[in-house]
Amino acid sequence: MKTTTRMGNMIQDVLTMFKRCMLMTVRNIDALFTGIAQPALLMFLFVYVFGGAMNVGNIDYVNYIVPGVILQCIGQCAGITAISVNNDLKKGIIDRFRSLPIAKSSVLIGHALAAVVRNVITTVLIIIVALLIGFRPTANLIQWLAAMGILFLYILAITWLSIIFGLISSSAESAQGLTIVCILLPYISSGFVTTETMPAALRIFAENQPLTPIIESVRALLLNTSPDGKILISVIWCLGILFISYIIAVQLYKHKLSK
Amino acid sequence: MNQSEAIISVTGLKKSYKDIEVLKGIDFTLKRGSIFTLLGSNGAGKTTTVKILSTLVKPDGGKAEICGNDVVRQVDKVREYISLTGQYAAVDEVLTGRENLHMICSLRHLSDGEQKTKELLEAFDLTDAAHRRVSTYSGGMRRRLDLAMSLVGNPAVIFLDEPTTGLDPRGRLAMWEIVKSLAAAGTTVFLTTQYLEEAEQLADHIAILNDGKIIAEGTADSLKKEIPNGIVELAFYRKTDMEQAHSLMEGYQISKNEAMLTVNIITDGSVNQLSDILNRLNQSGIQASGFIQKLPTLEDVFLSLIGEKQGVNNQ
Repeated sequence: MKTTTRMGNMIQDVLTMFKRCMLMTVRNIDALFTGIAQPALLMFLFVYVFGGAMNVGNIDYVNYIVPGVILQCIGQCAGITAISVNNDLKKGIIDRFRSLPIAKSSVLIGHALAAVVRNVITTVLIIIVALLIGFRPTANLIQWLAAMGILFLYILAITWLSIIFGLISSSAESAQGLTIVCILLPYISSGFVTTETMPAALRIFAENQPLTPIIESVRALLLNTSPDGKILISVIWCLGILFISYIIAVQLYKHKLSK
Repeated sequence: MNQSEAIISVTGLKKSYKDIEVLKGIDFTLKRGSIFTLLGSNGAGKTTTVKILSTLVKPDGGKAEICGNDVVRQVDKVREYISLTGQYAAVDEVLTGRENLHMICSLRHLSDGEQKTKELLEAFDLTDAAHRRVSTYSGGMRRRLDLAMSLVGNPAVIFLDEPTTGLDPRGRLAMWEIVKSLAAAGTTVFLTTQYLEEAEQLADHIAILNDGKIIAEGTADSLKKEIPNGIVELAFYRKTDMEQAHSLMEGYQISKNEAMLTVNIITDGSVNQLSDILNRLNQSGIQASGFIQKLPTLEDVFLSLIGEKQGVNNQ
């Protein structure tokens, strides 16, 4: 009747939880489309309304902002993840999961996997929308893969960060509220304007916050220009945030459950 | 009780949350295939007991074993034997009934999940609603699904924390039938309730929990002798009449309510005692303004039991 290996059981538990989170995503598909619609609208706004007035060097404005818009989209998805983690903790179902002989980590990993799937879908969709309004990347296959690799790492990092937001918040609203930071940070970076035009204090922040090297690497890779060593910095930032967030999230989860 | 028969044994169980001592050392044992009821009012410590036994909360002191496995040191073993149905239906609202059940089958690592899901949906009269999201279910349907999910994997012990709270009378009766059939099929049922009637209806064994301590324990029949079966409430026009009536009822357990000018007399529910009380009143010539015979509430039972323990009868 029962399979016996521990590892096999754990994988099965994680897959079951993943399937559950995906079903919840599909049932609440509006949230996902709202998550794409908002950055997409902003992209129209920036390109068609402000685009003419923007001076970002000798590249088309639409080509300039796509990486920033993608990161914003990932920030929107973080809201969905934080809400779903927070909702789970408040409902009776978590007590059932806890009293079942299942791998403890499977609940959070299931959420994380579903979040990655949501993010990948939205990222692909936003790139398609960008292509429709004139985004013209000139990357070769390797550059495309490298750019997508960096975005993937960023997705993982933000996913675990948003799981923390979901775990520490007392309500779904405040969980989502915390993820605003992931939506706002692209503005205070070189995502939409060059940092040179910013006041000194803001400029120092913008140039040293993690999103700037990530945005610039992705932009350089997609437009086939030199990333100036920013790829390594981006990868270190992403792995750092991912590692720390993961550890904190797992500890928080254990702590929450032992109450 | 023979050790091999005991499916749950609890000794000296203690738990505090911050400064509040919720469980002050409780003991009981539970036989396989029986229905055990932990009866108590809100805040008595029922849910805490369930949470400790179902491995969700660690006790501060004492020992609890399920099928010979310690609930603190052998958590994984214990979880193989138990299933918990908490106070709030532990179901996924956005999933359908079928998806909920199938998910638990997967988490229990059953190879025949589809079949088991189908069986349980039928057994709990949910086949027609199987493809609907749980958010469209009525309270009773949710409870049934909740219970069905708890039965996946045939746990030896099932914990039901206030399973009928919030159900309408029909839902309550249906739940009682389910609990009885579970026990008949050999599952040990540990249930908590605030309702005296529910405990009497269902349980082979009842423990009454009050303020973190078990104040009475036994079979429903043996407890019936200890707990009141009826209460006679006499109301008066004047305080002096009330005081006088109070002193007349020597030998009964009574309490008075000065504000309402009433005296409550605990009886065994027999006609003999009732006529005795009315006779005493009649002979004294005190005029009562009213008379009611009531069923005892859980509070009356506590008062009566605690009263006996502290030797403060007739106060």
